[in-house]
Order: sequence, then structure tokens, then C-alpha cells
Amino acid sequence: MPNDGNISVRVDGLVKRFGSFTAVDRVSFSAYRGEILGFLGPNGAGKSTVIRILCGLLRPSEGSVIVAGVDVGKDPEGVRHHIGYMSQKFSLYNDLEVSENLRFFAGLYGVDRGIAGDRIREAISLAGLQGHEHDLTGTLAGGWKQRLALGCALLHRPEILFLDEPTSGVDPMSRRQFWDLIHGMSGRGVTVFVSTHYMDEAEYCDRLVLMNRGRVVAMGTPPELRHLVKKGALLLAKCEPLGTALQILQGSPGVAEAAVFGNSLHVRVEQAEDALVTLPAMLESRGVKCVSLKPIEASLEDVFVQLAGEQSAVRGGPDR
Amino acid sequence: MFGRIFHMLLKEFLEVKRDKWERFRLLVPPLIQKVLFGYAATFEVYHVSTAVLDLDHSQESREMVSRFTGNGRFDVEALPSSSQAMRGLIDRSKITVGIRINPQFGELLRKGQTAPLQVIVDGTNSNTALLALDYVGQIAARFSSDYQRDYMNRIFPEYQVMLPSAKMEERPWYNPDLDSQWFFVPGLVGSIALMTIVNVTSFAIVREREIGTLEQIMVTPIRPIEFILGKTVPFFVLGLIEVALVAVAGALWFGVPFRGNPLVMLLGTSLFLISSLAVGLLISTTCRTQQQAFASGFFYLTPAFTLSGFAFPISSMPTVMQWITYLDPLRYYLVVLRGTFLKGTGLAILWPQMVAMAILGVAMFAVSVARFEKSLD
Ligand SMILES: Nc1ncnc2c1ncn2[C@@H]1O[C@H](COP(=O)(O)OP(=O)(O)OP(=O)(O)O)[C@@H](O)[C@H]1O
Ligand SMILES: [Mg+2]
Repeated sequence: MPNDGNISVRVDGLVKRFGSFTAVDRVSFSAYRGEILGFLGPNGAGKSTVIRILCGLLRPSEGSVIVAGVDVGKDPEGVRHHIGYMSQKFSLYNDLEVSENLRFFAGLYGVDRGIAGDRIREAISLAGLQGHEHDLTGTLAGGWKQRLALGCALLHRPEILFLDEPTSGVDPMSRRQFWDLIHGMSGRGVTVFVSTHYMDEAEYCDRLVLMNRGRVVAMGTPPELRHLVKKGALLLAKCEPLGTALQILQGSPGVAEAAVFGNSLHVRVEQAEDALVTLPAMLESRGVKCVSLKPIEASLEDVFVQLAGEQSAVRGGPDR
Repeated sequence: MFGRIFHMLLKEFLEVKRDKWERFRLLVPPLIQKVLFGYAATFEVYHVSTAVLDLDHSQESREMVSRFTGNGRFDVEALPSSSQAMRGLIDRSKITVGIRINPQFGELLRKGQTAPLQVIVDGTNSNTALLALDYVGQIAARFSSDYQRDYMNRIFPEYQVMLPSAKMEERPWYNPDLDSQWFFVPGLVGSIALMTIVNVTSFAIVREREIGTLEQIMVTPIRPIEFILGKTVPFFVLGLIEVALVAVAGALWFGVPFRGNPLVMLLGTSLFLISSLAVGLLISTTCRTQQQAFASGFFYLTPAFTLSGFAFPISSMPTVMQWITYLDPLRYYLVVLRGTFLKGTGLAILWPQMVAMAILGVAMFAVSVARFEKSLD
């Protein structure tokens, strides 16, 4: 663990209530300089709410939030110069040109006139938009828009970057490129917060915070989290019909958990050897065809399913 | 500070430049409203549909009826043959006024007695009904005095010169023809400016909230006052242009004179716009969607019009209501508009209105700025 001098964000006992609804419930974590911290969780888990609180856009109901040494709850303006933020919804002006958007935000961040030109050129090359400076932003494809938004969030050279689902709805190729950029930032010492519900992206993070229904269900590096499910074993089952197989397996002795992943089932069992023999026989006897059944390595998605229990509604990931 | 405001203004300018429809929306509807309202808004009553039931058929009754048909106020559209028939016409809203001349109308007059003239009026629209009754009264009074004069003339030709009477000499100042458009057209300038500015300002900020750009702006170090000025200064300029356009259009189209000093009107308009911008801003701090903003705008605009004296005289309102009107900036602006348009009054007379608008405008703007927070809570 890095020492305290390198902590760039510290959250302690954070609670956020909207009326009587608790969207974030006693969340605590720290982030270290240059680290990529992933926020994982299904819809409504509270990822965006946490990020907005860290950016000073929402006031915490309880708890302390220190970002770049500033107490955000007390002094939300104090963090503005230290942070860059990309909201979940694309929020640059669609009716402005690429360069106009960049000049506007450089102006709002008070980037010195002498260097603003260079910064804007850098943002354009980061987004790969050379030659498109005068395109209307609204006409750009999804991947370009996201990279432009990233470039925009970096104009004032923040030391902490908050990216709220930056790759949602973007094609896989652009997602890859985007993650290369994120790794580039982290290499330069920028702390990057990134929320996602793509489980494969979680593997690119240094550390992960798994959230569900406003609570942190687990925290750690991807290998650490995978290790959490090593108790028992995970099997991949291909069956026909899938729904019936799921129903049967969920109630069977020796089966801890069964869930649909793409067009197959992930089945967590207490004892792999026994299950490999008994389960196919049992399924066949109830009229379900078992095409294949084999042990697999747990993915982060499995970790999530296990940790969040049956509440989990995670979709997507590598099998989609 | 000025750097950020400059960038906000530049951005607003570029957005308006891109959006042809927006420019159209800002300038054309107010002009159309102006012309439509200018024609439609009138207190006067002309061409009241009228039925006459003449049960007397005397020379006198025919003379009476002819006075109704001759003056443009009443259109005699039906000559029912019975009281029931006339009642049916009123029930079905075919006519507004029914005049019934009883048998012996002429006979009573000839005997030198009082002859009743029965007038039935559809009171649904009380304003029209009252005015129509008033006109009927005037016609009957004139008929009576003419008949009296004629009667005396015939009976006592020698006393004719001795009939005493008082005659009113009308001298309406500032609006010699008592044209109600002269009253409404200046008032419309204020009403249209208020409506446009409140809506446009609240919509513009709420729209940024809706599409998410506001959130992106909020994470920058911009100060609330910088954002607000960047957002409202363009609408202030727009408001001035619009008032000028609507005022000139009103003056030329409806022939209403502008007798005052344009600079006095400019000052009044500027002070008034500050309060209108503040209302729009206040709405935008509480609303999440443009529909909400529209509804809230309506919530402010309706009492603002009603209590301003735009159509209903403030002096006729209950005392408590009259107190409330002092909080309505439009009330003062209308005095400035009517004063500069029709009377040519200057600051020497209008300064209390200016001071009131300045106080209200600054207070409302301060409240809006204080309420506007860089927070999504
Ligand atoms: N301003 C608000 N007022 C009331 N409830 C809110 C508000 N913002 C968020 N919520 C609620 O808080 C919960 C958490 O929302 P949040 O947006 O943080 O989830 P998320 O993890 O980002 O989900 P998603 O993957 O859909 O973006 C949701 O149930 C949401 O409806
Ligand atoms: Mg979210």
C-alpha cells in the first residue's frame, strides 16, 4: 500500500440521501496518486452519485470527503482547479464547433491565453480530431465525442480525473483506444476514477470498488477480488433449454449459485468433482439437454454475482 | 472575471448565430402578438346583435327603433313577433340585447307621460352588457330630449327658448378620440417584453440543465455571478431590441403617437428588464425541465398581468390587492410606457416609477443570484 502522503482522495463514512431514499450508504475508500480506481455496479448502484459528490456537484449528507487535500463538503469551489470531470451524459455543446467548445471550456477554467492555444491543439490531437476542428460537435461519432470530452476535461491539467461511464454506448474499438488514453494519464501521475458496468473494463483498473444499492460490497485489485470466489468452484454449463436448467440448478443440493451469462450458465458449486458427475445426470433426468459442463476461472462478473447476491442485475460484459 | 463572462457571451452569441429558428422564435412571435392583441384588446363595444320587438307600431316607436339602427353600436338582426321568441333568441345567444316597445308607447308620449322602454340584455359578459345598457340609455335620453323639445315647440312655441339644460363638453386629454388602442398598445409593449424575457431566460438555463451542459459548467471554477451575467446580458440586449421593435411596430401600425423622450423609455425599459430577467432566473433555479419552467412562468405571469393595470384599473381593486400591485414591476413600467407614449412625460414626473423598478429589480436579482447555486441538489 502506498503511504498517506500519496493519497489524493479519501472518503470516510459517506452518506447521500435524496429525501428519504439513501442513494449512497456509509461508503469509505481512498485513492492514491496515479492510480486507476474503477467503480463497478449495476444501474442505480450509486456510482454517479459518489462521483458527483467528489466533484462538489452534490453535497454529502454525512461523512467526510477530502479531494486533493480539500474538504469538498465545506469548500466545493476549492477542488475545481484540481479535478477534471466527464459526466455520464455527453455534455459539450453540440451546436458549437470542436474548437469552439475547447476554447469555451479553456476560458471557463481560466487557462492562460498564452498557453490555451497549445492546450487546445493537444486536446485535438488526443481526440484524434486533427482536420475536424471546425466540425460541429453534434455531428461527431460516439467515440470521437468521448475523446473530445476527455480532452476538454484535461485542458487545465487536473491532477484527478473523474470519468462517469466514459465508454458506454461506444464501439469496442473506440473503448480500447479510450482505455489507452486513461492508462497514459495514469502514467503521468493523474489519479483516474472511472465508473463502468462493463466487467471486462474492470480488468484494466488498478483497484476496484464494487457497489450495489449504495453500498460498497467489495474492494481490491482484480486478482484479490477473483480470489474471493475461490472458495468452491465455478462451472460453465451449456444447456437446452436454458431457462429450465437455471430453475432446476438454483434449487439443487450442492449448488451455491447459478446465473445466466450470455447463452450459458455459470454455476458455483461446493465440490467440482461431484458436481461434474451428478449435475448432468440430474438435468437429463428432468428433460434438459446438457451440451457441456466444465470448470472455469472466476471472472469479475462472477465475483459480483456472488457478492451482491440475488439483487444483482448486472448485464453485459465479455459474453454479450 | 471578465474573461469568463466574455467566454460565456461568445458562446451564447455563437449558439444564436447557429440557430436560425431560435432567432426567428425570439423576434417574430412578439410582433405577431403585438398586432393580434392590438386589434383584439379593446374595451369598446360595437355591432351588438340586437332584436327589436315593436308592439306599438306608432310613428314614435319607429323613430325610436331607427335611432338604434343608425349608429353602428347596435345591429338589429331580428324582429321577433313575441316576447317568447325574443327570449329564445337570447337563450341561444343569437342576440345580446333585446328591446321591447310596449303598446301605447306613442300614445303615452303624446299625452305627455312617461313611456317605458324595456331592455333585456344578456349579462354573461358583464362588461359588454354594461356598456350596451349605457348606450341604450344615451339613445333613450337623446330621444327624450329631442321629443320634449319638439313637444314644447308644438304646444308652447313662445316658451321654446326657455328650456334649460346642461351640456357636457368632452375634452379628453392625451387621447382625443378616446381610442382604446392608444391605451392598450403602449401597455402591450410591456406585457410582451415581460412574457418573452421571463420565458426565454428560464428556458435557456433549464435547457442547459436538461441537456447536461450546466453540470459540465458547474465543475469549472466559474462563479455563479459570472455564469448569470453571461446568461442574462444577451437576453437584456434581446429585450431592448424587442421593446424597440414592438414599440415602433405599434406606433406605426396603430398610429399611436410617441410624444416623450426615448431615453426616458430606455431607462425605464432597462430597469424593468432587470426584474424580468430575475424572475426568469429564479424560475430556472427551481425547475428541472422546460415544461416545469413554462408552468412556473405562467404562475408568475398571470398575476403580474392582472395586477399591473394593463386591463383592469388598479383603483377599482380591493385595498389589499392594491397593496400587492406595488410589488409588480409591470405596474410601474406601464405608467412609464403610457406616460412616454401618450403624455410625453419625463423623468421629473416618472422618477418614482424608476426608483420603484430599480429597487424591485435589484432586490429580485439579488435573491435569484443568492438562490442560484453551483450544485445539483
Ligand atoms: N437527484 C436525485 N434525486 C433523487 N434520486 C436520485 C438523484 N440522483 C440519483 N438518484 C437515485 O440514486 C440512485 C443511484 O443513482 P446513480 O445515478 O448514482 O446510480 P449509478 O450507479 O450511476 O447508475 P447508472 O449505471 O444507471 O448510471 C438511483 O436509484 C437514482 O434514482
Ligand atoms: Mg451513473
